[in-house]
Amino acid sequence: MAAKLTNNQIAWRAAQDIHDGAYVNLGIGFPEKVAQYQPPGREAIFHTENGILNFGEAPPSGDEDWDLINAGKRAVTLKPGSAFFHHADSFAMVRGGHLDVAILGAYEVAENGDLANWSTGPKGVPAVGGAMDLIHGAKRVAVITDHVTKDGRPKLLKRCTLPLTGVGCVTRIYTSLAVIDIEGGRFILREKLPALSFDEVQAVTGAELHIAGTVADLIVPEL
Amino acid sequence: MDKTVANLATAVAGIGDGMTVMIGGFGGAGSPIELIHALIDRFLATGHPKDLTVINNNAGNGHVGLAALIEAGMVRKLICSFPRSADPVVFTDLYLAGKIELELVPQGTLAERIRAGGAGIPAFYTPTSYGTDLARGKPVAEFDGRPYVQERWLKADVALVKAEVADSQGNLTYRAAARNFNPLMCMAAAETVVQASRVVPAGGIDPEAVITPGIFVQKVVEVADAQQEEDLNRANAVYPGVA
Repeated sequence: MAAKLTNNQIAWRAAQDIHDGAYVNLGIGFPEKVAQYQPPGREAIFHTENGILNFGEAPPSGDEDWDLINAGKRAVTLKPGSAFFHHADSFAMVRGGHLDVAILGAYEVAENGDLANWSTGPKGVPAVGGAMDLIHGAKRVAVITDHVTKDGRPKLLKRCTLPLTGVGCVTRIYTSLAVIDIEGGRFILREKLPALSFDEVQAVTGAELHIAGTVADLIVPEL
Repeated sequence: MDKTVANLATAVAGIGDGMTVMIGGFGGAGSPIELIHALIDRFLATGHPKDLTVINNNAGNGHVGLAALIEAGMVRKLICSFPRSADPVVFTDLYLAGKIELELVPQGTLAERIRAGGAGIPAFYTPTSYGTDLARGKPVAEFDGRPYVQERWLKADVALVKAEVADSQGNLTYRAAARNFNPLMCMAAAETVVQASRVVPAGGIDPEAVITPGIFVQKVVEVADAQQEEDLNRANAVYPGVA
């Protein structure tokens, strides 16, 4: 396989679809990067499950306040207009449909919108956190992920094989190769790296890709 | 009315074998480390309390606080959403050895079950977990054309909570994101025990600023220089006697 996007570049692409003033929850780990790439002139308001709206980036090392953390237990800062609240209110924001966007990581996404991102099976310790709540509440649920697993197997499948986080919840996937929408139980290829042919993207995708209208070039800055 | 107690040992004296204990906090933020350590001290001295069921978002980190409570062998079952942390070795080893029971609950469902317990609502429906392994065996019903999973309330014998300021009547404020599960757990336990960084006389908190009204609180103990789990873990602290 030729070049693919870095995680920073995938996060950059996902950030371009977040509108000014959107209320956004970013999953812990990789999705947190999306906050770094908001387009100039737009400011989203970030929500964290543990009870902060409108938090900002990490403080300098040594300035951490451990009562001021995000869902990933990392120290954050506050922006003007932030708010604290308890967990029941936090998840009222989530399930009540008040968030505009949730961007999550994935082990697998299926063409019917099913997501698997919390358990790799019976071995090890299961942990779910807020993922199962987030996928039901946000107006738009997007996934950012490498297009394939570390050993090269497709992560975009006809049906998930791992335990589900939720059914029919994902509407857009930003991968290292493409931007794909899920509509009517099908993967719709919206953008792909210009260096790749349709067939090359299809070859590493575990379900049929469809085209509706044009497929745009996926062009991102060096990051 | 004065709900203050003189020391940590008195504060946790009501916790007995087999009880269900809610412990506030999300990771280290809002975790009542000193109350937990007082409970461990009693166990190390007397062998009680043991066989506890603990409700917390996490399963402890490192070898202090909740992790130390588990490491001491006092916990039979954990109800939580995310039993992973930077250093989850205590819980992980016991869990993989089959020596501790885990009930995994999605985080929003955990919060709402606790809120429901405190609010007298025995069950509710949520879209969360529908179609997943975590909904297995739970009733499903359709409302306005969408499926929802029935969840039951959660209540506890005792809640251990960390607050910023408490007044003598048990009215509480919290600090920043240390609030998290604490106000919910105050409502859902038969006895709520609070460690506060500062205890003031009645009238010392502006009623407009009260987050948890005192009706939900039974005992208050002042811990002026409360430790942060994160700081202890960065110093590789191990609570003495548990390892």
